Order: sequence, then C-alpha cells, then structure tokens
Amino acid sequence: MIRRVVDFFGDRRYAKQRRRLLYLVLVLVVLADFLVVREHAEYLWERLPGWSAVYGFGSCVLLIFVSKFLGHRVGLMRREDYYD
Amino acid sequence: MTDFLHPALLFILGVLPIPFLQGSIRKAYLLLVPALAILAVLAMQPGDYGAARFIGQEILMAKVDKLSVVFALVFTIIALIGMVYALHLPRAGQHVAAFVYVGSALGVVFAGDYLTLFLFWEGMALASAYLVFAQRGGPAIRAGFRYLMVHVTGGVVLLGGVILHSLATGSLLFGPIEGEMGAGAYLILAGFMLNAAVPPLNAWLTDAYPEATVTGAVFMSAFTTKTAVYVLARAFPGVELLVWLGTVMALYGVIYAVLENDCRRLLAYHIVSQVGYMVAGVGIGTEMAVNGAASHAFAHILYKALLFMGAGAVIYVTGRRKLTELGGLYRTMPLTVVLYMVGALAISAFPFFSGFVTKSMVVAAAGQDHRALVVLALTMASSGTFLHTGLKLPYYMFFGTDRGLEAREPPPPNMLAAMGMAAVLCIAIGIFPQPLYALLPYPVEFEPYTGVHVTESLGVLMFTALGFVLFLKALDPENTISLDTDWFYRKGARCFMWLAEKPLASYEKAVSDVSETVALPFLHRAARAGLRADLNGVDAVVNGIARSILHGGGMLRLLQTGVVTHYALAMIVGLIAATAVFAVVWR
Repeated sequence: MIRRVVDFFGDRRYAKQRRRLLYLVLVLVVLADFLVVREHAEYLWERLPGWSAVYGFGSCVLLIFVSKFLGHRVGLMRREDYYD
Repeated sequence: MTDFLHPALLFILGVLPIPFLQGSIRKAYLLLVPALAILAVLAMQPGDYGAARFIGQEILMAKVDKLSVVFALVFTIIALIGMVYALHLPRAGQHVAAFVYVGSALGVVFAGDYLTLFLFWEGMALASAYLVFAQRGGPAIRAGFRYLMVHVTGGVVLLGGVILHSLATGSLLFGPIEGEMGAGAYLILAGFMLNAAVPPLNAWLTDAYPEATVTGAVFMSAFTTKTAVYVLARAFPGVELLVWLGTVMALYGVIYAVLENDCRRLLAYHIVSQVGYMVAGVGIGTEMAVNGAASHAFAHILYKALLFMGAGAVIYVTGRRKLTELGGLYRTMPLTVVLYMVGALAISAFPFFSGFVTKSMVVAAAGQDHRALVVLALTMASSGTFLHTGLKLPYYMFFGTDRGLEAREPPPPNMLAAMGMAAVLCIAIGIFPQPLYALLPYPVEFEPYTGVHVTESLGVLMFTALGFVLFLKALDPENTISLDTDWFYRKGARCFMWLAEKPLASYEKAVSDVSETVALPFLHRAARAGLRADLNGVDAVVNGIARSILHGGGMLRLLQTGVVTHYALAMIVGLIAATAVFAVVWR
C-alpha cells in the first residue's frame, strides 16, 4: 500500500494524473474558501474569499526569487571551497 | 525530596554504567532511563525542591510549574525516541554524550536560580559538541571547535549578565525580569538569544548541526534552541524586541533554505525559521502567545527530530548529503519517504498534523494582539516552510533525477521504529490537541479546527505547491554554500591570523632590526665608555686613596718599635712639649 502511494508520487507514468489531482485540489480549496462561514474577521483580507490562495502563491514566488536574487546577485552563494 | 526525582540526575548519574554494559543489556538500559524520566516528569507536583544556600546566595535546584513540565515532558519523550534511533551504535561515547546533553537540558528547564542554570547551560554546550566531534574528519572537527567557541563565548556573556543582574537585584533566583532592563538583563538576553539562534547569532546552528553524526543531529535539533525558548519564556515574556527578531528569524530561515544544497543544513535553517515563531510568541507575551510558543516547541521537537531522522537515514544508507547528488530513492526506501513526509506535513501545519494546532496559536495570538504585519510575515514563512521541507527537500532527495543510487544497506529497524514513534505523535497531536493544550501554562481558549482556518491554511499551502510545480526549474539545487554570519568569525579568524603573521610579524622584525642596528651598537659603545671611565677614573681615585692609606699605615708601623724605653722617652718628650705649650698659652 505504502509503496503504491509513494510510486504514485514518484513514477513518471503518473505525471499527468498527479497534475490533474493537484488542479482538482486547488479548485476544491478555493471553492471551500468561498463557502466557509466567516465570523469575527479582524482584518480586511480575512473577509476576502480566496485571499489565502493568492497570498500563498505570491509568498512562494516572492521567496523563491528574492532568495535567488540574494544568492546570485548579492553574492550569498559561494563556491563550496570558499572557506578552504 | 521523596516525591520529586530530578530527571536531570537520572540522566547524568545514569551515564556511569553505560560504558560497562554490553549488547542487549545496554540497549535495554538506554531505553529504561528515558522511560523512567518520562514517568518522573509525569509524576511531578508543582513546587520548589532542593533549596539551599551557597556562597551566601539562595540556590534552588528545581522549580516545577506547568511551563517547565511541558518542556521537560517533550525533552524526555524525544530522549527516548532519539535513543531508539541511536540504538544500533556500537560504541558508548555518543550515548554518554547524549545522556549528559539531555540531563543538562532538563537541568536548565528546572533550574530555579541562575547559578544552577549556568552550570547546566555549559554542560549542554560541552556534551553536544561531542556529538559533532564524534563524526570525525576535518570539516566536523573544525565545525565542532567553532560551535564550542561560540557557545563558550555565549556562556561568558550569560555569566557576566547573571553577575551584573544579581548585584543589581541582590538575588540569583531565576524568574521574570521585571522593571527597567539593566545592562545585566541585556547580557542575559543576548546569551539566551545566542542559544535560540536569533540572527545575527544564528550561524553556529546551521554550521554545526549538518556536520554532526547522523544520530547526534537528532538530539541537537531538539534541545539547545528549545531550552533557549524556555528560558526566554521564563525571563523575558512580552519583550517587544523579541517579536520583531522572531518575525525576521522566521523569514530569514526560509530565505536561506532556498539556497541550501545540504539536506540537513536546509532542515537546520528551518529550525531557525520555526524557532522564530516561538521567539515571536514569547515577545508578544500574552497568555495565548506564550501558550502558542510552548506548544509549538513541543510539536516542533517531535517533527523536527523526525525530519532529521529521515534525512539521517538517507545519509546512513547512501553516504551522501547534497541534494545535487541525491534523487530517486523512493523506490528503495518508501517507508522512509512516508515517515519523512509525516514530519514535513507536520512542520508545514497541514490540518490533522501537529504543526497545525500549535503554529496557528502563535499566529492567532499575533492577530489578537493587533499585529497585522507579524501575521502576514509568519504566514509567508509558513508558505516557505512547506515549499522547502515539504516539497523541495523530498523532491530532490527521494524523487527528482534518479541517480541510480544503490542502498548500501537498508536503514536499521531501530531507526525506522524511532521515526514511526515520532510520526505517530505528530499525527496524534494534530488530531487530538486537547491533551497537549491541557499541559500548557495558561488555560487554552483556542479552537484550531474552524472552517475558515482549515480552508485558509490549505489555500496557502496548496497554492505554494502550485508555485513549486510552476517554478521547479528555479529551485534546482546548486553546488554552492551560502554565506551567513559565521563569515565574520571564519574570515575574521583568518584576518586575525594574517594580522598575526604579516603586519605584526613584520613590525616585530622592524623593531628587532632597529634594536640590532642602532640601539645595540650604541649600548655597546656606552658600556665600553662606562668601563673605561670606571677603570681609569673611579678605580684610580679609589686605588690612590687605598695606596696612600697603606703607605701611611706603613709609616705608622715604623714608629711602633715595641721597646719600653722608646715609649718612656716619647712620653717624657710629650710631657715637656705639653708643659712648654701650656706655659706659652697660659701667658
């Protein structure tokens, strides 16, 4: 059982199914966020359905590119023998 | 003391028989001690134990309250799990070090005064350094020395703070620091923050942990930073500085994690990030925030140990640690993949995993305290946590490019058993948070499983996954290392050595040259002139006087003939002369 689950995530054969599953989950999550009951929302964004999806995606992209910028342009990333 | 058995003593005195035990008796003993310690912690009653006086100060060996018990409980649980994970080791050295390390951490958690705290604090640094040294080889030894030197420096700062603080307040007792923070309090805070790996004092952690042994890193991931969170929660709740440092820390860790290629160093950066949530929680300082920090520490220790155990199993099996050299292992070690993923989902705070019920408490406490920026930053860090620990690391370690790695040998069953134990706890806490909530220092009025909270969390996490899928190429690991604040002392030490070898050495040479070419001849000449003056002047005078005294003496000696008639004659001549003089003068 465990092997089959792991194979589903690893094997190239299931690539298309994996992708479909991801998109299905994404749609369901956003739908659920629209349907859920919102009470005592303190901040503006808490009242916006779908906000967390946008913020999650934005955060992910921002973190990747800010980090890579710091690594490559600012020079945080160095050759492995830098300290030798 | 009958109703209280100090679990630190159990571990530290429990070390003594280990080297003398062999085989399965040793294994049973190694599990028995942590199991007894768990029971001892569960049986504890709140109160003060072991009060005494030492050099005129009050000492309190153990102060038991809810805050110390929640940390002590998770410490003893992870000690048991870590021991299971390390059970296959043939040599006793690492077991001894781990016991002393766990015992010292428990000593800190129960310390009622700064002196006891400091003693165990240093014990932790020494014992944990052994777990780095035990890896052997140049990089580990060097990293171990750096680790030790940073912690010894931190210890000195802490001791200085303790002395100043106790002089100012007149007491060594360890408790919340109230009123105006003096220099002593700031030094104590700095010492604590160093162990919590708060940037810029964080680099020792990410430098040393990945160099430690496979089993040692599991212990290290649990104790040092979390004892620091405990002492911060005890002494500095509500210190505004900690809110901001904690928030920065949470993002700092995830940014560096993007750049990292070493699997355990990536996890180490996520310790920095996760401890950031706890430090921020302590800084906010409300009941809910301190509860959040304590519960997050509890959950964090379990899932982070699980992640380190998973990465450790990969290193054990393949002998490789760089993501650029790993991949395709899911076929040969599927069980490790699943157990690792439980830890990854827990740290990412997926619903029904432990992180969900604890991390959200910190974030909710920030929201309740009207700190919108902190809420947003911590949510962003959650996205980064899932991105690296839940997606990037497993993808490149277990899936990704199949590098045809052949497992030299499967991970020993005890390793998998330990991972299983941690995984069960990660899920159990996520599904049934109430027993953990009941342990927390303050009453909990927080319900993690509301509809909004679940959909919001899933929204952030699943769309992070979308970002990962879309930008996978940008995340490919690269064969590099990242500069962190350890640059200052690693390059600084080199500058110091250069300074000692080049400018200082040439200055020294110049000074000796000057003295040889100018000063020495001058001194020689002056000495010679002095000698001459001495011989010709002073000596001549002295000799002259001596010679004339000798001469006078000889003359006088001639007068003394020893013949009585000569003396009688001389007396008569003298008498006549005296009379003549008298007569002349009288006139």
